[in-house]
Amino acid sequence: MAQATKQLSRRSYFFWATVFFLGIFSLMALLYFATRKVDYVWRWYRVPQYFYYKDKVEVRSQIEGQVEKIVAGQKANVVVVTGPDGSEEYQIPGKDIRVGEGDYIYPGDILGVHQKWKVGILLQGLWLTLKVSLISIIFGILIGLIVGLARISANPALKWSAITYIELIRGSPLLVQIFIWYFVLGTVINTLLAKNGMAQLPPLWFGVASLAVFAGAYVAEIVRAGIQSIHRGQMEAARSLGMTYPQAMRHVILPQAFRRILPPLAGQFISLIKDSSLLGIIAIRELTKATREVVTTSLQPFELWFVCALLYLVLTFGLSMFVQYLERRTVVS
Amino acid sequence: MIKVENVSKTFYAPHEVHALQNVSCQVDKGEVVVIIGPSGSGKSTLLRCLNRLEHADSGHIYIDGIDILDRKTNINTVRAEVGMVFQSFNLFPHKTVFENVTLAQQVVRKRGRAEAEKKAMTLLEKVGIPDKAGVYPDQLSGGQQQRVAIARALAMDPKVMLFDEPTSALDPEMIGEVLDVMKALAKEGMTMVVVTHEMGFAREVADRVIFMDDGTIVEVGTPEHFFKNPTHKRTQLFLNQIL
Ligand SMILES: Nc1ncnc2c1ncn2[C@@H]1O[C@H](COP(=O)(O)OP(=O)(O)O)[C@@H](O)[C@H]1O
Ligand SMILES: [Mg+2]
Repeated sequence: MAQATKQLSRRSYFFWATVFFLGIFSLMALLYFATRKVDYVWRWYRVPQYFYYKDKVEVRSQIEGQVEKIVAGQKANVVVVTGPDGSEEYQIPGKDIRVGEGDYIYPGDILGVHQKWKVGILLQGLWLTLKVSLISIIFGILIGLIVGLARISANPALKWSAITYIELIRGSPLLVQIFIWYFVLGTVINTLLAKNGMAQLPPLWFGVASLAVFAGAYVAEIVRAGIQSIHRGQMEAARSLGMTYPQAMRHVILPQAFRRILPPLAGQFISLIKDSSLLGIIAIRELTKATREVVTTSLQPFELWFVCALLYLVLTFGLSMFVQYLERRTVVS
Repeated sequence: MIKVENVSKTFYAPHEVHALQNVSCQVDKGEVVVIIGPSGSGKSTLLRCLNRLEHADSGHIYIDGIDILDRKTNINTVRAEVGMVFQSFNLFPHKTVFENVTLAQQVVRKRGRAEAEKKAMTLLEKVGIPDKAGVYPDQLSGGQQQRVAIARALAMDPKVMLFDEPTSALDPEMIGEVLDVMKALAKEGMTMVVVTHEMGFAREVADRVIFMDDGTIVEVGTPEHFFKNPTHKRTQLFLNQIL
């Protein structure tokens, strides 16, 4: 391949590399001093608790009675309370036991306290974003594959349906589509379900549906372009051997198209992960919504929004690494 | 074996071309028929009509007694009996040579893996490249690729083999190896229809030669007839040009 860029000498290479890092550093410094000017106090140490935090758990007695005995068990101390209504055992890990043997206990009295690690709201949000994106990607691929095949079909009903779907979805904002899924279709579906005495669908379903249907339209176009990029001699060779159209697609065309489709598909799914941040508006507590909630309670918006952006970067970077790995694997075979 | 009756085919895009006009011909079992003619005369179109890669507009085409233009005919079962070899090989680049030869056996003929692989090995030996079984097509020379393509078609145990200029995309030094495979096939009694500009092959192997021009069959005869005293002016002109 022709080298488009001019080769730099070693010295000027290091000079410009230094310029780059200095530039980044001064930008950060500038931001820092600007925030100090508006009296913002950075408190990064407050951030980890929104990922993982220690929660106090109070173990309370359910019954009335006397503490019969306290024994050290395998993992925790066991407090046995015996009263007129029977006997109960309570597990209390750690040393913080607030009763002694022979004490008389009423229901609700604290027997002991221990601490437990719990998943914070940011990590929950990250997990939900990951889950929503993954499910939408899977359905997006399914929809895109079917619609993409319909798009190149000779059957006008299939072809025009595919075109209509693709143009409608690509021609309107995702935000509006989410509203339609939640406030229009969601209301209709849930009302119908309620009328038939069935359980309501949670907003998550409509959120996933909107993302999957949105991505599906783009995937369909990517699939169509990928299939059409395969030389028509391939289809003819497969058909001349007696393969049906679906067999030829499955064994000959799609495996070849898959390699060409992978890079644009990855781009599409990276967009999808980022677009999932819109789902907060229909009460899905994904990463962005979770961050907003934490910001209102913690009053550390600067740190938290940077963390939020960084977490998206981790997700999208992870995805593109995975796709690169797939690409390398399919090229070898 | 093959019977073509009054077949016509017109292409409308990019502009109107009468690629075949009222063409009739016949190929008997075990016969080798070579089709010659200038570029654009409809040779490929006729060949491709024989396994319905092109759908003839009118007329009848019978393969082993089956009318392939009949809407009730399952074209896939007919195509399995009609092998085709293309000018540009059209091997499956994502599959090894071996997989190229086993794929349709398994998918179309529903043969078991072991049976398909045994057959593939036999055929690769027959076309002279058993040592390339595990290799991908892009690592083969053109001549080797075309021989794999022949093995791929033969794996279906076809009753007829169609060749569309099988040596036209090859470097001169590789033409011989492909023609040798085809000659061996002809000796075994395979029914073959071959579009080619290799007059040596026509002279040596063909039972009959068909000369096409402008979408019609101008002249049919034995190779001796063609190369000694062709009847039509156009045939003479064409043969003078390429011989
Ligand atoms: N798929 C097609 N679409 C439009 N025109 C075609 C197509 N295939 C062939 N033709 C035209 O039909 C004529 C005959 O073509 P072809 O059968 O390929 O000739 P040959 O193989 O003898 O060179 C040519 O004029 C060619 O341009
Ligand atoms: Mg041709």
